[in-house]
Amino acid sequence: MSAVFGWLFVAAMAAVPVVFPDPYVLSVLTSAGIFIIGAISLNLLLGYTGQLSLGHAAFFGLGAYASALVSLGFDIGIGFGLRLRLDPQPVFVGFLAGIAVAGAFGWLLGRLAFRVRGAYFVVITICFAQVLRMVALNWVELTQGPMALIGIPPASLWLPGQGVVPLYTKPQSFWLVLGVGTLAFLLVRQVVQSRIGRALVALRENETLARSVGIRVTHYLVIATVLSAGIAGAAGSLFAHYVRIIDPDVFLFIYTVTMVIMVITGGKGTLWGPVVGGLIFGLMPDLLRGSAPPEAQWIAYGVLMILLVMFLPRGIVPAVAGLLPARRRPAPAIAAMVEPAP
Amino acid sequence: MTALLEVEHVAVQIGGLVAVADLSFTVEEGQVVSLIGPNGAGKTTAFNAITGYMRPRQGRIRFRGQDLAGLSPERIAALGLVRSFQRTSIFGPCTVFENARMALHLRGESGLLGALLRLPGMRREEARLREEAFAMLDFVGLTARAEVTADSLAYGEQRRLGIALAAAAAPQLLLLDEPAAGLNPSETAECMALIRQLRDRGTTILLVEHDMAMVMRISDRIVVLNQGRIIADGPPAEIREDPEVIRAYLGTSREVPHAAA
Repeated sequence: MSAVFGWLFVAAMAAVPVVFPDPYVLSVLTSAGIFIIGAISLNLLLGYTGQLSLGHAAFFGLGAYASALVSLGFDIGIGFGLRLRLDPQPVFVGFLAGIAVAGAFGWLLGRLAFRVRGAYFVVITICFAQVLRMVALNWVELTQGPMALIGIPPASLWLPGQGVVPLYTKPQSFWLVLGVGTLAFLLVRQVVQSRIGRALVALRENETLARSVGIRVTHYLVIATVLSAGIAGAAGSLFAHYVRIIDPDVFLFIYTVTMVIMVITGGKGTLWGPVVGGLIFGLMPDLLRGSAPPEAQWIAYGVLMILLVMFLPRGIVPAVAGLLPARRRPAPAIAAMVEPAP
Repeated sequence: MTALLEVEHVAVQIGGLVAVADLSFTVEEGQVVSLIGPNGAGKTTAFNAITGYMRPRQGRIRFRGQDLAGLSPERIAALGLVRSFQRTSIFGPCTVFENARMALHLRGESGLLGALLRLPGMRREEARLREEAFAMLDFVGLTARAEVTADSLAYGEQRRLGIALAAAAAPQLLLLDEPAAGLNPSETAECMALIRQLRDRGTTILLVEHDMAMVMRISDRIVVLNQGRIIADGPPAEIREDPEVIRAYLGTSREVPHAAA
């Protein structure tokens, strides 16, 4: 039932470029889609392990830079008179590199999360994103610093019979983001609805009890952070090849906050939460653009956010699910079978 | 009979306080052994040391001959030694059925690849775990409550669920920390029946409990702890008559003239 709804949603989205071939609508939807993928990845960490990463833009940015640099190629000095050189690679290699680099840093952060939790973890993730931003700003030889990496090639796709086709047009980019987003959603769903997902939720709800039944804390936190970082890296890579220019601002705190807001208003710890929250907060700024001055827009945006958090603290998706006819049937308690005591 | 659990000269300090001074006892396979003593005697601390939640300062703990020193609670659980908690410990917002499935973690082995690809082996495992979860709930009489959240269970039901979670993965040795705390007489009787059934299924049980009537009726052996030391160790009939134990419980003696029997 829910799966049918999901595929209908994907089909409806896939039809958008055909029904409304308006480039503005498509570009808004494509950027929203990229951030929804970021929110889906954040939800795995924030919603299912309960760990708040306020440096999630770091993985997004790492994916963007790694992917862009691999597809542009680079030639840099790494000290001791050595040079590191890479010729431009096909975009799909960059895409995979973006996922791998972000995933590797996710592994590091996951190991760290074992030692520090809660507020300390939050502070470390913020620092992590800030340090990366500083590196991106100052390592001019590699990243061009504030001058930005330009001329990033568009994403390309190998199609049977046509070879590698670059995806220049808006509908193509949109379909690519929709495809990657669907994959990310399915990946998270498979993980969450499995023994791994149960272990993550058990750790979130009661770590002491979870350990007592044999759930290995580090192991499962590392799996979650690597997957989450890898998906965020994929979103960053899509971003780099879509806008085709990136600067150190991809590491800005506001991008993390945007993803956190999407996850929390949509419903953290639910599969559809980041999608619903992402559609609202990804599309609203652009929908309001035509009808209200920017100042009024920002106020409306802020008020809506406060209202959502006040009245739907668990998010939109759980609230809507609560309105649907309850599946829980109240059953009479049956006493345990009692042996007569001797 | 072989000793399943051997505790030798274990000492645990919490800050500057000596919670357990010198603890030595064994638990034989197939028995129900109770660890009793007045409040603050160090019973829960002993549990924490055995299950890896606290590091003993001295001594050695062996389970099936294997030294447990330095092992994490999750590793110890994987060896077949699982505990329950004194304070009600459940996965509150999750349904009772989900609670049971989470506690069956060690009964499964599928990893990331299995989860992503939904291989036939993983599907079979999921189906088996689901059945085991229902069997477990049936065993503790919570089948009818499977779909409600654990938070909304009555107190006695939550306690039963707590035992079910600890017993779910069929450990060889089950440590129960005050399973009857706060239960009324009929619930206590149910709890006792449950412990007997667990023993009959082949689970060895080490019990901490304040309900003396229950302890006397259910235990094969009783170890009495006072102020971090063992003052008696023997079958219920013997413990009942032990002057040292009577004195410790009446609180007339501060000095303990002799150590473990």
